[in-house]
Order: sequence, then structure tokens, then C-alpha cells
Amino acid sequence: MLSTHNLTAFYGDFQALFGIDLEVNAGEIVAIIGANGAGKSTLLKAITGLVSTHSEAVRFMGEAIGGRPAHRILSLGVAMVPEGRRLFPSLSVEENLQLGAYRKRAGPWTLGRVYELFPALSEKRRVPSTALSGGQQQMAAIGRALMANPKLLICDEMSLGLAPIVIKAVYDALPSVAAQGIALLIVEQDVGLAMRVSQRLYCLQEGRVALAGRSQDLTRQQVSAAYFGV
Amino acid sequence: MSFSVERATRASRIGAGLTIPALAALVTLPWWGESSWMRTFVEFACLLTLAQMWNLLAGYGGVVSIGQQAFLGLGAYALFVLADHAGVNPFLCVPLAGLIAALIAVPTSKVVFRLRGGYFAVGTWVVAEVYRLLIANASFLGGGSGKSLAAVRPFSKALRESVTFWMALATVVLAIALTYLLLRSRYGLALTAIRDSERAAASQGIDVDKTKLWVYLASAAGCGVAGALYYLNTVRVSPDAAFNVGWTAYVIFIVVIGGIGTIEGPILGTLIFFLLRETLADYGSVYLIVLGAVAVLVMVRFPRGLWGYVQQRFDLRFFPVQRRVRLDAAAGAAPHSR
Amino acid sequence: MSGWLDTLIQGVLLGGLYALFAMGLSLIFGVMRLVNIAHGDLIVLAAYLALVVVDATGLGPLGALVICVPVMFLLGYALQRGLLNFTLGGDILPPLLVTFGLSIIIQNALLQGFSADPRALRLGGFETGSFHLGAGISVGYFPLLVLGVAVALAFALELLFARIPLGRAFRATSDDPEAVQLMGVNDQHVYGLAMGIALAIVAVAAVFYGIRTTFAPTDGPDRLLFAFEAVIIGGLGSFWGTLAGGIVLGVAQAVGFRLDPGWGVLTGHFAFLAVLLFRPTGLFPRTR
Repeated sequence: MLSTHNLTAFYGDFQALFGIDLEVNAGEIVAIIGANGAGKSTLLKAITGLVSTHSEAVRFMGEAIGGRPAHRILSLGVAMVPEGRRLFPSLSVEENLQLGAYRKRAGPWTLGRVYELFPALSEKRRVPSTALSGGQQQMAAIGRALMANPKLLICDEMSLGLAPIVIKAVYDALPSVAAQGIALLIVEQDVGLAMRVSQRLYCLQEGRVALAGRSQDLTRQQVSAAYFGV
Repeated sequence: MSFSVERATRASRIGAGLTIPALAALVTLPWWGESSWMRTFVEFACLLTLAQMWNLLAGYGGVVSIGQQAFLGLGAYALFVLADHAGVNPFLCVPLAGLIAALIAVPTSKVVFRLRGGYFAVGTWVVAEVYRLLIANASFLGGGSGKSLAAVRPFSKALRESVTFWMALATVVLAIALTYLLLRSRYGLALTAIRDSERAAASQGIDVDKTKLWVYLASAAGCGVAGALYYLNTVRVSPDAAFNVGWTAYVIFIVVIGGIGTIEGPILGTLIFFLLRETLADYGSVYLIVLGAVAVLVMVRFPRGLWGYVQQRFDLRFFPVQRRVRLDAAAGAAPHSR
Repeated sequence: MSGWLDTLIQGVLLGGLYALFAMGLSLIFGVMRLVNIAHGDLIVLAAYLALVVVDATGLGPLGALVICVPVMFLLGYALQRGLLNFTLGGDILPPLLVTFGLSIIIQNALLQGFSADPRALRLGGFETGSFHLGAGISVGYFPLLVLGVAVALAFALELLFARIPLGRAFRATSDDPEAVQLMGVNDQHVYGLAMGIALAIVAVAAVFYGIRTTFAPTDGPDRLLFAFEAVIIGGLGSFWGTLAGGIVLGVAQAVGFRLDPGWGVLTGHFAFLAVLLFRPTGLFPRTR
């Protein structure tokens, strides 16, 4: 569904990505891991259109989408749960979710379905989004992305700042999302969690793919070596 | 590896070499030049001083005010009040005007600094309007139609013009010199830090509010002196003229086009301003349209102004305020001023 | 006593016009935190536009709104996307300086095109008619209409921001212009729409202004200052606040004018400064 080909990205004169090749298929959960500065955020920004890249570098559903503006890419069916959640403080929980559906893409996800998936949000729907706990904010951010009825859902560092029991609750929701045929691309700091949750993973190191493979086949030593560039 | 910190550049040394003879020539102007040249120079000097003051405030201090005309007007009226009503020598009134403007700036700052950013800017304009209206309503100050400076009548025209000219020359040289020295000092570093990030500067122990206040007061004093000088030159003042927001418009255009945040920029900008005014004089308000359009264009394409662009491309600095690290040849690296 | 009551009423009615001046500015502050120095000059520009439309079509000034409102909307959209969007993004200097430059350009272009003579829009009598409430108090039909439009506009804008998807997009864009793109919102387009709506409101304000008093090319800055004062007095983030701010300003000016004609505008400024000193967030700010 999504594939990148020799993806490069720059911040001014500084090159952050040096030719990334990856792919994500429908119904899969693919993880990206790597140390800080490895290029994970830049990779996601390039895919979602916040950072420009060559047109052919990113292909989604057969189309070359590299370099298109972010709002157009959302319309095509790529939604992201951004790092740090980035809920809108001026909007209530429900309004945040409604904003997710701004482009009115057709699909099964509605307010009702999101509240079914995350019942805690239902009670807090009129509350300003800033009044939620960290875990609830993460759920709201996921719900907001789902409201766009994406074909590809990208989750950036969801475990940041959350307690383990909350992380578990958040990640437990993912398989049912994937079961509907949505492709999931997750970036995770917690390597063990990433390996448990995903079917395949890529490890980035200094802007390059250092390791790729099926999560259950990779060993801890392989991952450490790739992670730290040893 | 040893290094030294150096300030001067080749351009600045050449510049200093050229400036001394130029200044000497200017000082003697009253003896070989015409009256109108002296009057034009006083205008030029006042505008350049105002531009340096605004640049200090906005380009270095990060405080964007569009109400500095308040202090220009207050300085002008301080001159007229002290000279005509208190009998003070009119030439002595000029520096006193600066002092008075700075004093009035103290309570003014308490009010305007309640606002931030763009709101602060418009707030300063409102305050300038308040001063304008207060003075326009004061009939003993001539009210809306203004008044003439009676205190200069005892002096001959030639003497008045020469002394005004010298004071203007001294003012603009002092304004540039003091700004340059200030920016070279650690206060200058503090200002640059505040402009870049107030929070980071505060975390380094810089008292942000106090520093901004001092810059605001210094700028007010400079504007007060410039105002007094300008209206000493014209001998007649009115509230609509002295407190006109047009002063700020000219100054902003000068600094933006010339190059904000540089000392050379306002000099270049004032020269361009006068050039435009002379060449387009016959076309009325067209020259203002051109000025406005050029300023908008420069702001969008060359945000650092014409001098800023030159500085970036050619690394040319006549007033070097940075410190550069020069690696000694012993380390094997050639001296490299970047 | 009835003299003061009359002053109060006239002040409130004047405040309606000031609230109209301020609504567009308030919208722009809210969505993109842009201080548009040319706002007042755009009001004057719209008044001259109305004049041209009236002369060209024979429509009355209110009829001319049918043309002026869409034209000003398109002008606002084009101005925002063509110029002002490039100044947004952190530094406060570029938008301030560019709009300052625009202000000078508009004033002088109008001077060149129309001369400095004051002009006016005429309604053919309605503007001078009034209700007589006894005890020497009269309420003009026209100022009452203006106040009514201001109230309706405040209501409509509040509804826009609170209920419909575009309003959510406005609020979200002002919170986080980057994240909002991830929701499929084109922030450049949203800014354009906001400026378009603001200038559409300016067109309405301009026609009422031109009917109520004469206008000239250099009147812009004073309109900006009144609009700005109304927004700050009322408090940022709320259109009802802006309406209230306009009314407070109008009343302050009316009181000052009654005390001494030279003091009218000055008391308005004092009211503004007083709010700044004693209630810096304004009278009815929306806490965000």
C-alpha cells in the first residue's frame, strides 16, 4: 500500500535521510525503531507531506505522492497520530474528533465507533482536550486520526510519557484497527514493545535503514547492533 | 590550539580611515556651504538618528514600537516650552529635551509594556496619539495650530543655522558611536540574546524586562533630541507635524530597506530615502507609494534589508559588532574569518 | 439628567459602528494573530469602492453592498494568499511592516485617485430620521440599524466559530497550523478565508461609516486605532467582547465629547489605557 524508494530528505543544507526503502501492506503492523536523531520523525514527515521530497520517493496505492502538501495527502487516506498527540487546546474532545473528519472521507469510522473503541472518551466528550490524562489524550489523538477513515495509519511515539498500563491499553486497540484492512506504521522508542506489536520492523540509524525483517525472526543482538551502529 | 578573538575587519579599518577626513570636511561646512545644505543635513541627521534609535529598539532589542513619534513630539515641545516659557538657552534645550523625553518614557513604559508583540506596537501608537491630543488641547502651547520659537530671535540666522548644524552632526555621530559601543559591549550581547529568545536569555541571568526598559528609555531620549533639533531647524512646530505617525513610517522604511539589525543599514536607508525624495519630488504622493511598495518588497524578499543582503553575500562590515575566533597558524589552519 | 442619558444612548449607538470596525480585526487576531495595520485604510478603501459602485450603477449605498461585499471578500482572500501568508510564521516584524507599507500605499493611492476632499454616501433621508423618546432624547433610525447589524454579526461570528466545521478549523489553525494540516485542513486557504470574511465585514462597516460621516483618504489610521481599542477593551478571543468593547469606547468618546469637543477621542484613549492598566486582559476575554 505504501512504499518508499530511495527516499532522501533535507533540512536546508542538512541531509537527514539517505535513501530509505520500506513498504507497508494492508492489514500489517510495521514498526520503525531507532535512536534519537536517526531520522524517524523526518521519515514520517516526508511521508505525510510536512517535509518535501522527490515525487517518486513515496508511493501510496500506486500513486507517486512525494512532495505533495500534507492536507492533500490526508485526503488520499494517510492519517497520522502525531508525536506528543498535538490535540487542539481550543477544541473539546468531541470537536477534536470531528476535526479529524474534516475531509469527510467515506468509511466505517464515525464518532460512535471511536467512542466504542475508547469508552473513556465518551464521558469526556465536551471537556477541553487539555483536561484529559496522557493516556486519554493518546486515545483521542488516535480516534481523531481514525475519523479520517485512513487506509494507512501512522502512529508516532505513542508510548512517550505514558505509564506502562496505559501504553498497554492504547496498543491493545491496534489489532482491531488492523483487522479492518488498515495498514499501520508505528514509530516506537520502546524496542521490545515494537517487536511484540509488529509483524515487520525497520531499524534506522543516521538516516539509513540499518536492519529490516520480520519482527519474530530478528534477535536482540541484531537489533542492538543496528540500533547503535556497531 | 590557540586562538584570539578579534573585532575589526578590513572593511572597518578602511571605513574608519575614510570617515575621519569626511567628518572634518563636514565640520567646516558652515564656512563653505550654503544655508540650504545645512538645513537638509539637519533633516538627514535627525532622520538617521531616529532610524538608529528605532533599529536599536526593534532590530536589536526586539521591541517593535510604532509610537516613537511620541518622544519626538515631546522633545520638540520640551524645546519650545523651556526656551519660550522658562527662558532657557534654546541650544541647551536640545539635550534637555532628550532627558525630558526619557523621563516621560518611564511612566509610558508601565502602560505600554502591558501588551506584547503586534498589540504592543499599536498600543504605542495610541499613546502617541494621547500625547498629541493633550498638547493640541493646550492653548498655551499654541493648540492645534502650533507655535513659533521666539527664543531664537536674538540670534542671527547664520549663527542659529551653524550651531544647529553642528549639534545635528554631533548628535548623529554620537548616536551611531554610542549604538556601536553599546552593541560591542556585553549589554549588546544581552540585547541580541533577548531578541533571539527572551526565555533563553532570562535563563542566562539577563534581566529581560529591565534591559528592554533601558533600551526603550535610550531610544526615547534619542528621539527627543532629534525632535528638538528638527524643530529648532524649522523654528515652528505643530502637534500634527511633531506627533505624526509618518515619522515612524519613514523610519521603518529606512531601517527595513537599509537593513534591520545592522548599523550600516539605517545609514544606507536614509541615503536611499533622501534620494527617492529628491528624484520623485514632483510627483506628490507617488513617492510614498513607491516607498511603501519598495518596503513591502524588501520585507518579503530581502528580510534583512539591502545591507543585510550585502553583508551576507560579501561579508562586508564597516561596524563590526561580532566577535570572531581567529585560529593561530601554529595549529596548521590558515586564519579564517567566518 | 436627560442630557447624560442622551449622551449614553448616542455613545452606545456610536459603539455599534466601532464594533463593526472591530469585528474583522478581532477575527484576524483570533485566527492568525496578525495585527493588520492597514485595517483602517481598507475600511476607507471599501468606502471609496462603494462610492464608485454607487456612481456607476445608480444603486443606493446599501444596494451597493451586494457588489462591495463579494469584491472585498475576494480582495481579502487574494491579499492573504498572495502577500500576507508569506509574512506569517513566528517573527512579528514582517506582518507589521508589510501591513504598515500597505497602509501607506493605500492612503496615497486613494489621495492620487480621489483627492483629499471628504466624500460621503447618501441614503436619501433615512440617515437623519429618528425615534423621539420624549425628554429631548432621540434615537436615530440609522445608528440603531448599525447597532443591530453589529449585534447580529457578533452572534453570527460566535456561531461560526463554535458550531460549523470551518469554525473548528479556524480555532484549530490558530492553535497549531502544522498539526491542522495533518487533518486535511489547508492552512493557507483557511487564512485566506478568514481575511476574506474580515474584509467582507469591513465592506459593511465601510458603507455604514460612509453614510454616517464623511470620509477622506487619510482617515484610515483613526479607524484602525478605534477598532484596535474596541478589541482590546472587550478582550481577545470573543466577538461579544468586541461588541462590548466597541460600545464602551463609543460611550467614553460620547462622554468626552460632551465635556469638551476637543476631548472626544481622547477620553476614548483614556478608557483604553485604563483597561490596559487595571484589567489588561480586557472586560470579557475568552480564556483559551
